[in-house]
Amino acid sequence: MSLRLIGVAVPLALLLVAAPGRAQSSPTNDVCLTCHGEPDMKRSDGRPVTVDPKRFEHSVHSPLACVDCHADLAKTTDFPHPEKLAKVDCASCHDDQAKQLAASVHTRRPHGNGPPLSCVECHRQPHEILPASDPESATNKLKIEDTCGRCHGDGSAPDGFRGPAVARMFSDSIHGQALTRAGLVVAPTCSDCHTSHAVEEKTSTHSPVFAANVPATCGKCHAGIERDYHAGVHGAALAQGNTQAPQCATCHSAHAITRTESNAWQLGAVQECGTCHAEALATYRDTYHGKVTSLGFSPVAKCADCHRPHQIFKPTDPRSSVHAQNLQATCGACHTHVTPNFVKYQPHANPHNRTKLPALYYSSLFMNALMIGVFGFFGVHTTLWFLRERVGPDDESPPREDRPRG
Amino acid sequence: MRALPGKTGRVADERFIVRFGRTDRIQHLVLFVCFLGLAATGLPLRFTEAGWAPWLARLFGGFALAGTVHRVLAIGLLVVFAVHLVRLVRRLAGGDWSILWGPNSMVPQPKDLQDLIGHVRWFLRKGPRPVFDRFTYWEKFDYWAVFWGMVIIGGSGLMLWFPQAFAYVLPGWMFNVALLIHGEEALLAIAFIVTIHFFNSHMRPSKFPMDLVMFTGVVEAGEYRRERPLEVARLEASGQLEQRLAPPPDPRFVHRARIVGAVAMVVGLTLFLMIVVAVLGVRLL
Repeated sequence: MSLRLIGVAVPLALLLVAAPGRAQSSPTNDVCLTCHGEPDMKRSDGRPVTVDPKRFEHSVHSPLACVDCHADLAKTTDFPHPEKLAKVDCASCHDDQAKQLAASVHTRRPHGNGPPLSCVECHRQPHEILPASDPESATNKLKIEDTCGRCHGDGSAPDGFRGPAVARMFSDSIHGQALTRAGLVVAPTCSDCHTSHAVEEKTSTHSPVFAANVPATCGKCHAGIERDYHAGVHGAALAQGNTQAPQCATCHSAHAITRTESNAWQLGAVQECGTCHAEALATYRDTYHGKVTSLGFSPVAKCADCHRPHQIFKPTDPRSSVHAQNLQATCGACHTHVTPNFVKYQPHANPHNRTKLPALYYSSLFMNALMIGVFGFFGVHTTLWFLRERVGPDDESPPREDRPRG
Repeated sequence: MRALPGKTGRVADERFIVRFGRTDRIQHLVLFVCFLGLAATGLPLRFTEAGWAPWLARLFGGFALAGTVHRVLAIGLLVVFAVHLVRLVRRLAGGDWSILWGPNSMVPQPKDLQDLIGHVRWFLRKGPRPVFDRFTYWEKFDYWAVFWGMVIIGGSGLMLWFPQAFAYVLPGWMFNVALLIHGEEALLAIAFIVTIHFFNSHMRPSKFPMDLVMFTGVVEAGEYRRERPLEVARLEASGQLEQRLAPPPDPRFVHRARIVGAVAMVVGLTLFLMIVVAVLGVRLL
């Protein structure tokens, strides 16, 4: 206890010497800490009111006087002061952030996920707030995932707060792994896409994660891809106001983003394209490419291998990788000796479409007729034969015991 | 033993008659081993949605290795076909025109139609059992089904194997047709072999569970006389029967043949069951 007092008293004495200009009427921090520096200082209702002088000293607010925030004590000379004080208003300094928070989903609560958030829900202990550059800060790049994860994780959220549980998906994602495993601080964390204070639900048109805004949000880092995407048909559809048009997150997901080289992702992407392009997927499944991928093997052509993943154009557009004049180059990415005849193969042929590919239509018809004819005839023939040999008096063929079994 | 006193077959009945030569039997063995292997490596691609398809593809080491196995077995089948064609041509070149018409020919003839009608009448108890010659109409159907299948499946398979080479002369849409026909014709072939051929030649009550003649090459003379009376009569009349008589097959060989045949039939029927499961969309796993 005596050591602790010395530890408090010495810096306070120094502070008093160093700050002689402060108005005599305002209580200085050392005056406050005389009581609040005591480790077991409690209110009458038992709630601790201790401020750890060391931690406060390291905090981002250490240059401030206690009464800068606890303003209603600025003129107090009579100690101990009343227990009931005015609520500290962070907005007195942090006006912009407070306004953003007030308009955000964390205050408006359109889905009723608990009471509005206050500053300390994220920034934690008000007397110990560290600069974001400090690795221990709740708002440090590498800590934000945990901070948001308190409510958006799988575990039990603090009283009454519960947001969509996405933290696990994020931490397993390529972005989360880059942050936590590779320690890559340029990788995005929650606030890079959702902002810090102005967090909005994805249905809010000015949210950075609103469908129409997603490409720009991802494009902050993936600028080259964003350019390719906007040039393509999906980007054009989105720009024209079709929020159902696929954007980054449609194919890559929002939080569970993985490397695109994996077998699972490659095969999943084919299914994803098929959710809109159902007939294209069905006809693709009729081809060797589509059958191999359906079996679970990916090293054959999938949607994006021919159509490109982001620079997708209509086949009639000369910029399209599947435009007639580009087909030899596109097929040639995998196949050698690609001739003009070779690329006349129809990778999306429908055997039921007579006008588009009559040869295939009639081949299919012929094969079906052959199948029905052969099995229709021999099915009857064989059944009758079986019945004749199996049942009834066998007057023509010899009795079975007559035939020694070899 | 049915004794027919006074008939010349009395002695022959106790012995065996050669029906298939060594080369024929080896060809049939290579044919069905390759055929079943091709079916097992090809069916996963035909029924990719079936629960067993990825499992079977992985059994062959993934699609790439399964594809290699498929192509190697295809070569085996094409060699069998080529050997058969060469032998036919050599017989023709040697002046043996009997393969083109008559009882030793696989070419369908008016008697085959009569036999078919007579056979069906016999099924329906409306007439006597037809008197068959060396090759019956259902055996000829099997033969031409394989012949046709070799050309169609083999040809389309080669197109799909060497698309660039074929694309020098064929338009691209031919490959759409080739892929469709390859799969459909192969499916027809598998289903036909393991149902109709298995029944007609092996599993019908008087042959059950299997006819080993294609392994041993010989048929018991009495049985052959009943089943192919016209051929036996012709052999007797021309005095060639003695040349065709053979000792009974080695019991150990018969035993081995029965095991090989049983394995082939189990594999074939399993593949057929898998096709049924896939077509009906039944999920087993």
